[in-house]
Amino acid sequence: MSARLQILQPGPQTTVQDLGRHGFQAYGVPVCGALDGTALRLANALVGNEAAQAGLEIRLAGPAFEVIGGPARLALAGALASIEVTLGDEMRRYSAWRAIDVPEGARVRVGALVGSGCAVLAFAGGVDVPPVLGSRATDLKGRFGGHEGRALAAGDRLPLGMGESQGPCLELPSPPRASGEVTLRAVPGPQTDAFTDEALNAFFATTYRISHEADRMGMRLEGPPLAFRSGADIVSDGIATGAIQVPGSGLPILLLVDHQTIGGYAKIATVISADLPLAGGLTPGTIIRFQAVTVAEGEEARRARQAEIARLIASLAPVREGPRIDEAALHQANLISGVVTALESS
Amino acid sequence: MRVAAAEAGMVGGEAMTAKRIDARARFLPVGDTAFAVEFGDRIDPAINALVHRTAALLAETRPEGMVETVPSFRSLLVHYDPLRTSAKALQELIGALELEDEASRAPARIWRIPVLYGGGAGPDLAEVAAATGLGEAEVIALHAGALYRIYVQGFLPGFAYLGDLPEALDLPRRTSPRVRVPPGSVAIAQRMSGIYPVESPGGWHLIGHTPLRFFDPVQSPPTLFAPGDGVRFVPVGEDAHATIAEAVAQGRYSVAREEGPA
Repeated sequence: MSARLQILQPGPQTTVQDLGRHGFQAYGVPVCGALDGTALRLANALVGNEAAQAGLEIRLAGPAFEVIGGPARLALAGALASIEVTLGDEMRRYSAWRAIDVPEGARVRVGALVGSGCAVLAFAGGVDVPPVLGSRATDLKGRFGGHEGRALAAGDRLPLGMGESQGPCLELPSPPRASGEVTLRAVPGPQTDAFTDEALNAFFATTYRISHEADRMGMRLEGPPLAFRSGADIVSDGIATGAIQVPGSGLPILLLVDHQTIGGYAKIATVISADLPLAGGLTPGTIIRFQAVTVAEGEEARRARQAEIARLIASLAPVREGPRIDEAALHQANLISGVVTALESS
Repeated sequence: MRVAAAEAGMVGGEAMTAKRIDARARFLPVGDTAFAVEFGDRIDPAINALVHRTAALLAETRPEGMVETVPSFRSLLVHYDPLRTSAKALQELIGALELEDEASRAPARIWRIPVLYGGGAGPDLAEVAAATGLGEAEVIALHAGALYRIYVQGFLPGFAYLGDLPEALDLPRRTSPRVRVPPGSVAIAQRMSGIYPVESPGGWHLIGHTPLRFFDPVQSPPTLFAPGDGVRFVPVGEDAHATIAEAVAQGRYSVAREEGPA
């Protein structure tokens, strides 16, 4: 019998996600999947999984759970956080970006995320919920997929697949770090002709702030409103993840993985796929700007991103022993600042 | 099955011959993983037929690197994997494909959807009657008297845009959308009718309710309707509605349909 997770506290929004449900958008079924697909790939690589296996997507802060029915190997990627593993009287703290072997009966608590609003917790063997339409991704709006089509709740039990937990735990020696300024590259279109020239120029020249209206469907942006040449309404057409639609208010909405398949607002630009993992982790209050690129430049950026992911996966190496703490994470997380001092002095 | 002459419209009334797709459509950039093949800027059965024919053609052709296509009223969104192909390569390939000349076809099959109109099942029926200057019975007769075509599925899983609604029932969307529309609600707005497949917010006018289910993620394909299908609404009373609801819940209701011309 393979291990299961008994959820003690779910965190703000923890869902089962993989790389998404493709092939059914013609029926109105959104893609969903991890907001940060790079984090999913790297977390899976850390625990020895295939790239597309399902893990838990965490928003803002992690869940607490008990590992029952067997041991589990897990890894957090996409953000920094403190991971506490408690067995009996002994508690150990670990950092993100490394595999951790958790014995049967141990409790795991993932703290507040630092550096990104979302992260992926992967388990060797994957989270073994039944696939729906070819994917284990949770569709929150359609209420299917993942665990009962919803975010996790206390008391849930999640089965894990059979994983290869042989060999030493791996770590990523130099994890990607979030930079202060956020620039998202975007291809103008498809409805550039719905906007005035001034609006098109302003869109790429100004900064926007992520508002509090932000979820897996999309993020409303605050900034100067954009002017239309011909109005915000179009005859509904297909939407790609990363599309920036502009309703009548003139304030853009950046559409993310849970977006509707079609929509009736003009779209001024589309964030390129290489930058979508970054976009997915943005939190309210963050200042961003958009940089115009061509389709060919976007495709080239995606190839470069893929090569970067391959390079990071090739760099995985056995963990140097002993529980290690990412100091940057702890310095930024007030909740556990007391712990930093204790560890730094040791 | 005979179909109204209006069903057999053509783009701009012009006769069409086999033409390359790039002569009929324009490609619009949608980031680095998709592009739109846009055949027009309005809701028109002939334009929509071109969209669906292109989707069918691409499903047969299966160009390398294409992931999926999403038909909408007047354009086809082509999703691709930029690690396996490029927009340029795919557009050259798709642009050179030819669409045969044909008048828009009558629906191959027409689904008969039982509807309980008005009352709690259709809370906006009285308002629609008042706004259109018609009696409630006339609204029902007009809505149930038309043959609808499935233009697009989207917005919600299994939500089908059915057109064209008779002009006499043309109303803008509600000024304040409902936070929760129950699944099975039969609704109208502008020149479209639709059925909410799952509970959702919604701004359309609710005139009736059907006990049928339109989206089941366990099935593949997950929806009852396919592009190009026809739909007719059949008024039923409360008793029939309840009986059908029970049969649907027990999984022993099969939706009635008329076969169209081959």
